[in-house]
Amino acid sequence: MSVRRRAAADLARLAGNLSRAAGRGGGTTLPGSIYLRLAPAELAGLADGLPEGIVAISATNGKTTTAAMVSHILEPERSVCRNGAGANLMSGIVTTLLTQPPAARVGVLEVDEAALPSVVEAFGPRVLSLGNLFRDQLDRHGELELIADRWRALTAGLDAGTTLVLGADDPVIDALGAEHPNVLRYGIDDPAVALAERDEAADSTFCVRCGAAYVYDAVYLGQLGAYRCPNGDHARGELDFAARAIRPEGVQGTHFRVDAPDGAYELMLPLPGLYNVENALAAIATASALGVPTARSVERLADFRAAFGRFERIPIDGREAVLILFKNPTGANEALRAIQPDLAGAHVVLALNDDIADGRDVSWIWDIDFEGRLEGVQRIVCTGRRAADLAVRLRYADVPLEDIDRIREVEAALDGAVGRAAPGERIYILATYTAMLSAHGVLSARGLTAPFWDEAR
Amino acid sequence: MLRIVPVYPELLSIYGDRGNVRVLAQRARWRGLPVEVAPLRLGEDLDPAATDVILIGGGQDRDQALVADALIAQVPALRSAIADGVPVLAVCGGFQLLGHSYLDQSGRETPGTGLVDLVTTAGRRRVVGNVVVEVTMNGVKQQLVGFENHAGRTELGAGVAPLGRVVIGGGNIGDGQTEGCRVDRVLGTYVHGPLLPKNPWLADRLLAWGCEHRGLATPLDALDDRLEAAAAQAAIDIARAETQTRR
Ligand SMILES: [Zn+2]
Repeated sequence: MSVRRRAAADLARLAGNLSRAAGRGGGTTLPGSIYLRLAPAELAGLADGLPEGIVAISATNGKTTTAAMVSHILEPERSVCRNGAGANLMSGIVTTLLTQPPAARVGVLEVDEAALPSVVEAFGPRVLSLGNLFRDQLDRHGELELIADRWRALTAGLDAGTTLVLGADDPVIDALGAEHPNVLRYGIDDPAVALAERDEAADSTFCVRCGAAYVYDAVYLGQLGAYRCPNGDHARGELDFAARAIRPEGVQGTHFRVDAPDGAYELMLPLPGLYNVENALAAIATASALGVPTARSVERLADFRAAFGRFERIPIDGREAVLILFKNPTGANEALRAIQPDLAGAHVVLALNDDIADGRDVSWIWDIDFEGRLEGVQRIVCTGRRAADLAVRLRYADVPLEDIDRIREVEAALDGAVGRAAPGERIYILATYTAMLSAHGVLSARGLTAPFWDEAR
Repeated sequence: MLRIVPVYPELLSIYGDRGNVRVLAQRARWRGLPVEVAPLRLGEDLDPAATDVILIGGGQDRDQALVADALIAQVPALRSAIADGVPVLAVCGGFQLLGHSYLDQSGRETPGTGLVDLVTTAGRRRVVGNVVVEVTMNGVKQQLVGFENHAGRTELGAGVAPLGRVVIGGGNIGDGQTEGCRVDRVLGTYVHGPLLPKNPWLADRLLAWGCEHRGLATPLDALDDRLEAAAAQAAIDIARAETQTRR
């Protein structure tokens, strides 16, 4: 270890400890920022203490859950060094590595899409897991295509020894593996759960080679599905890990069979929604690249607990709150689809904020298919800084005006909904990131769930 | 039958543009007007006689050339519809497509439809944020409220009026002066995606023009727009608070 690196690391850690002692939060990015200023050229060595190397996971949707699943699979046998959801830029990742537990054997990092190229270049991950690229409402990313171009350049120059785990259901992701010698593909293969037609909100997808519109034999969500170019030059690659015989069971989760190179296994995943099937497949494939048999991964995932706001279920005096993070139209549509069978008689709280972490532009709520999805709900409360935007959206989705409440403060909205719910009833809380923090804060202040920082470390 | 025609929605609806379509159709339906949404798909020809309101949304940069080629082929039909009094609302990329050309960062020029005398050049920084614009229409001062997110700098020709004056935000060239364009019933704006939900007065103006074109009775019945007004006010308050922190 160079003198400069050691000094920079010591200083950075000290600053993080001081910040924490001063009550300024967990210091999840500060030490990294300082280190990056002091020793910007000395990143690679930070992962030297991890004998099993680094796993980098990125996607627009599902990277947090996938990383949590991979850690859950690995953890009984080895100590894992993992970053939290709010720390997926370079500064957060460097912080995570600087503060790794001494016994850690492997780093499991979720990485922001835009930050991925520099993270891969700095740390040369042993496994690189890329799930999907959906249009995100967050302004800072600019156009989706720019990210896709960067990922193409990144995978083209990837070390041959890195295992590339790819979500083959997304054509752009599938094509990233064309030239790489070491690829594992996963995807859903069950026409019974396909959509009748593509969501209107889905991006059009055009062949990565010739530009013709893909023909879909099955669409699972957004642009994800079984596709082929009509000119025959690109189709979904062969699946090494496939989910088949899928049976959605409402908020209880999803039952399916994992067909893997080392056998077929049934899994009752305690998370609803097809995107969680995608996440589970990504986690199983990623773990297999680290030598974990599919049988073991499936066994671990059967008792996986939801990450922050991902269908987190919290009992409240005989009622139950279900917390669902709203990030972008595709995720929101899939969440609504997953809970629809259970919505009759339920209470719904929709919370929309427009801070930077939520996306300052709330236009995307018009790409959510609320139409016909909220029937049978007892009462809907719109809350957050943009509560009125939500209420307008629902009005145009033909929700009767008298069924919509508008309460700007998240705490008051939540209190009202909990107060109205009878024992045995459920309250679905769908919220953007900072609104979810507020909702979580309300519930943890009452001792109903652990504070968010505990989970993110 | 009142026909609302979103142009190439499969490519031009990047920021919730379908909200505009939805709002027009619903506001017509709630008034009992016979209405139909009839999207113009790539490869199809616009039928001016079966078109009462035209909506052109924004797309991704990579699709702009593809869309421009297709739309340029529709210029004679578009001109005929416009001459006949059919209103056009063109947003973001759609606004740019109204003009002669778009010059991107690498110096490549994509031709536009030339329906309106304006040109766009890509700037280095994106103009992003909540925006409030004062618009005078039919002698009435209105506020147009929404969000802008564009790299383009759009310069209007000498004979083209802006849609309005920026109260808060960047506007056409990001300098906080003029916003959008207006030539009779052809409106262009950077107030993107779903601008009609928060600006029902503009939705109703487009609908009224469409009704006139179709020979349906106007003025339109009033609707209960308290939620829309609340959403517009919330956006104005947030925009105002942001300008204060910027100072
Ligand atoms: Zn092709």
